[in-house]
Parts: sequence; structure tokens; C-alpha cells
Amino acid sequence: MDARAPLAAGAAMRGVRYAAWRFVLQRASAAVLALCVVVHLATIIFAVRHGLTAGAIVARMQASAFWPAFYVVFVIAVAIHAPLGLRTIADEWLSLRGRATDVALAAIALVLLGGGLYAVASLAG
Amino acid sequence: MQNPAEDRPRTFPVRIWRGDANGAFQQFDVPRHASQTVLDVVTHVQRHLDPSLAYRYACRVGMCGSCAMTVNGKARWTCRTHVDTVAVDGTLEIAPLNHLPILRDLVVDMAPFFDKWAAARGQFSATATRRDDFAKVSPSSPARRAIDATIECIGCGVCYASCDVVEWKPDYLGPAALNRAWTLVNDVRDGDGVARLRAIAADGGCQSCHTHQSCTRSCPKHLSPTASIAGLKRLVARAAMKGTL
Repeated sequence: MDARAPLAAGAAMRGVRYAAWRFVLQRASAAVLALCVVVHLATIIFAVRHGLTAGAIVARMQASAFWPAFYVVFVIAVAIHAPLGLRTIADEWLSLRGRATDVALAAIALVLLGGGLYAVASLAG
Repeated sequence: MQNPAEDRPRTFPVRIWRGDANGAFQQFDVPRHASQTVLDVVTHVQRHLDPSLAYRYACRVGMCGSCAMTVNGKARWTCRTHVDTVAVDGTLEIAPLNHLPILRDLVVDMAPFFDKWAAARGQFSATATRRDDFAKVSPSSPARRAIDATIECIGCGVCYASCDVVEWKPDYLGPAALNRAWTLVNDVRDGDGVARLRAIAADGGCQSCHTHQSCTRSCPKHLSPTASIAGLKRLVARAAMKGTL
């Protein structure tokens, strides 16, 4: 970008990059979620067939670093993917757009991230 | 001796939109003929029943793209649509194209549609001058073959009128403008690549497409704007990650 370009053009360029990155992050998080959801569901089905107890779940979460790490990745992907999807729904179906909407969606992202990580930390002990 | 009543062609009811966006359908009884097109029907109404009916057409043979209307709920070229293939219970409902301002009756203002072609940088930007030699483009090169798949668009607006995202997000550039941008992205003689990529990566650009493929299903030229938009999405994603947007 030309250093002498007006500030408005700079803001527009940032807007273009943000729009492109939102797209990349939405698709990348979707790819991560596709894998995570399959593993998560397969694990639940496996656990139910072998007697599901709260103790067994906590024991598995604390047995190795794999499961806490897996769910940290899962939670981060959800915290990215869900607000971006809601942003599109808000824009296209409710005509909600602009700064206030983005702030609300950022708050949703933080709640999902915080709540998810808190749950993982609690189970991983 | 034939019964004179049998000589008269039988008629069928046709409902045609009248007025602007606040208008209403008006019913006409139109004589039914073999191999009759929807454009024939509209023309009959204008010439014989109500000369004040406004509609638009030029070539009558599927070359110009100016006669597109909504026929029984779907955007179509009226000149290439036989009444036989679209009549529901022997009736037709003919309305102007969706997603564009209605000027009068069956005529819409195409300006917003073509403004989006301009916004998507749909203009060719030459890098050579008249003193340069002809560009040598191999017909079998991947870029030229990608152009083959897109170049036949005649800008009729059927895809734009059929697109859900255009309805939900009025600043979405739409399938035709993005198909045009993809055509030029693949044109090795064009010099406006980065600016065009920025134009189609902004909010309302190619990323807004939900891949419903209504454009591809409705295109009278059997093009696939969906495939063009997918190509643009790949370019935008790559450019974002490389930091070249």
C-alpha cells in the first residue's frame, strides 16, 4: 500500500484482509471440527458401550496429556467457528452488522473459549 | 363444414405483473399455439390486448439475454422457454426478474446488476499497447481453458435473480460479476489482478457465496458461476495466507 494513500483506503484494505481471514479461519476451523466431532462422538459411543461413569471420564482425561490437549484444540476451533457462522446469520437473516454486532460476537467467542477451557481444566485436574 | 368455434384457437389464462414494486398481477386470456414461447405470449398481450404493457427483448433467439423474466417462479429467458415446458395447470405467471428494482411491468432496472460487474473490476485492463505483438495464449493452457468455461456469459441476470445470497445480502456482488472477475483473473493479458482480487475479497465478495448452486442450475448457457466463485475463494485464501492481499 502506498504510504501516501488516504487513511480511508488503508481502513478499506484492512477490511478486505479481515474479510479474507474470516473466510480462511471459518474454513480451517471447520476442517478441525470435522475431525474433532468424529473423534468425540466415536469416543462417547465407545465409552457408553463399555459402561459410562463420571469417574471413568475423569480418569481418562487425567490419564494422559492427549485428551486435555485434544479438547483444548476442540474448544479453540468452536470459539472461532461458531461466532463467524453467527456473524453470517446475523448479517444475512437479521441485517445486523457493524461494530456493535462484532463486539457482541467477540463476547460470544470469549464465553465459548472461557467456558470450554474452564471445563477442560476442571476435568483434567 | 367445420364449426367456426373450433377454428378459433383455445385460450389459456396468463397472469402478468403490472406496475412497479407495489403493483399486482393482471390476468389475460391468450390464444394457445403449438411451439409457443413465453415471449410470444407477452408479445401477444402487448400487441393485441394491452399496448401499455412494458417488457424488454431484442434478438428473440437466445443471443442477447434481454428477455429474462420470472416465469412461474423461476428466472428464465422467455424467448427460449416453450409454454409447454413451464405451464402449471395450463397457466402462466410472468413477473419481472427478482432482486432488481422494477421500473414498470416486466422491466427491471439492470443498473445495480452491472454496477456490481464494475465493482468486481469486470473491465479488461490491458498491459500491452498497439505497438506490441499479439499475446500468444495456448488454447490448451489451464488458464485459457478456465476462461472457455466462463466466457459465454451474456449478462442476462438469470443467475443473479436466482441467487439466495443476493436476496439476503444486497451488497453481495453476485454470480455473474464474480464469474466475470474469474474470467479476467485467468486472462494473462490483464494487468489488474491484485486490485481485482481485493475487490472480490471485500465484504460482499466471493466468500459470501454459500455454494447453493442456484446460479449454476438456472444459467441458460449452462455455465457454472459456482465453479468460478470457488476458484476465486481459493485465490483469496491463498493471498490472505501469503499476505499479498
